[in-house]
Amino acid sequence: MNKTSKTHDSYLRPGMSMTGKWHHKRYTIIRKLGNGAIGSVYLCDAGGKKAALKISDKGSSITMEVNVLKSLGKVQGKSLGPYLLDVDDWVTPQGQTFSFYVMEYIQGRTLPEFMKQHGQEWIGVFLMQLLDDLEALHQSGWVFGDLKVDNLLVTSAPTRLRWIDVGGTTQIGRAIKEYTEFYDRGYWGLGSRKAEPSYDLFALVMVFLSVYYPNHFQKGSNPQATLFKKVNDIKAIHPYSQCLKKALIGKYRTSKEMKQEISAVIYDLQQRKLVSGKRKQQNPSYAVESVGFLLIALGYYLSSLIIP
Amino acid sequence: MKKGTLKQILLITDGCSNKGEDPAATAALAYQQGITVNVIGILEDDQTEDPEGLQEVEEIALSGGGVSQLVYKQALSQTVQMVTKQAMTQTLQGFVNMELKQILGKEQTIEDLDPEKRGEIMEVVEDLGETSDLEVLVLIDTSASMHDKLPTVKEALMDLSISLNSRVGRNRFAIYNFPGKRKDIDKVLDWSPKLDSMSSVFPKLTSGGITPTGPAIREAMYQFGKKSLLRSFRKDHEQDVENA
Repeated sequence: MNKTSKTHDSYLRPGMSMTGKWHHKRYTIIRKLGNGAIGSVYLCDAGGKKAALKISDKGSSITMEVNVLKSLGKVQGKSLGPYLLDVDDWVTPQGQTFSFYVMEYIQGRTLPEFMKQHGQEWIGVFLMQLLDDLEALHQSGWVFGDLKVDNLLVTSAPTRLRWIDVGGTTQIGRAIKEYTEFYDRGYWGLGSRKAEPSYDLFALVMVFLSVYYPNHFQKGSNPQATLFKKVNDIKAIHPYSQCLKKALIGKYRTSKEMKQEISAVIYDLQQRKLVSGKRKQQNPSYAVESVGFLLIALGYYLSSLIIP
Repeated sequence: MKKGTLKQILLITDGCSNKGEDPAATAALAYQQGITVNVIGILEDDQTEDPEGLQEVEEIALSGGGVSQLVYKQALSQTVQMVTKQAMTQTLQGFVNMELKQILGKEQTIEDLDPEKRGEIMEVVEDLGETSDLEVLVLIDTSASMHDKLPTVKEALMDLSISLNSRVGRNRFAIYNFPGKRKDIDKVLDWSPKLDSMSSVFPKLTSGGITPTGPAIREAMYQFGKKSLLRSFRKDHEQDVENA
């Protein structure tokens, strides 16, 4: 917005080193990873280790994100967002100051990429993982807010869905800080933008719809009907469609409620698979048995003919 | 800290003013009265990001202590709420900076503190942004060229209402359009807590090429009520006494 000053992007080049103003740590830029709503993220080398560095000319926004990362770090036993490694300012040789923070570099594939390769059976797993993490987040008093495909990565060994951008994370009861229209229930006319667990559950469903509709779709005259139809149209999420629809219209007050129903569906699916599997195995023995019974019956019949 | 009411004018336009005083000057006047002026310039689909006739947009917001953004029609909803919230943070940060100067003396601002302290202060700013009351006067340019953009503007304002009413603090909105039939501005919607009460259609568009942005901002300023102007004046006065 300020035309006279240059943005950070025009200063940072691969191979360049920068040192923080307050903590004096040194980072070497490797390459740019992407642009966010505020600032850009670079892959950098921090003392021999790879890390992600987010820098912006909006200092206050960086500070707010750091606050979120710090409080997420306090959620026990879960690594919800990336670990925060450092917060500092960088003063350019020209004297301009940019705020930045350094966090764990999470490497992985996007959700649609992963699903294309590894198939549908992961839907249930990811649903459960996300609901698990959301439950922990909600219990510590926060709502993710800007939950979307772009803010998630699938890491390997172990395969896990990680959150890479927590900039929209908002305290429960406040107004959602950052959102993306397609994933926002306010945009679809299905609720407010107040930070409550059900806000995230709506976005969660939209994440899975985004996997199957990468170009998204229009609201139409009846947004709820549009969404329900889109859910119905995808065979892969069919087993979960009732749960997903309930989440869309805000029927679940907590992630736990949704998780219980999803896990019931998964259990049911497993059972059905198990039963049908058994049936397939049993088929040959059934045949042998029934042939055996027939032979015995025939024997009795013949013997009854011979011995009157 | 006592929680006051934040006052904003949100000007939505697609062109340059061509009648009356310089809008940047009236915006500066409004800012002095404690009203922030934000400006959103709507671009035509075939316009580039830096079109002629919209340079004014940044100037008005700068002297009005607010935020400006040029945007294509499609992205209007998100921009309107982003600009409003950014301006709130900016205003509150300004207050906090003023307090800091009083406490720390010198030319200390938030940026001069180390990142840890800054974090704590931003938490306070965020708290204030969430809980303080807000008055937004939306000032819509309804000159002929805006015709096909008005449905989008309406949608964006409804969306703004959803966003702001998700906050803890209270809101009041009013909508005015300019040029008015006889006056510089006409009332579309009187102060109300929500925008879904918005009349289904904007008033008939005024034809002709008059865009009196400057006078419109001046008139808009008075819609916040003379009472509140007086009160903010008194508050300033009290502060001076305290300082003395």
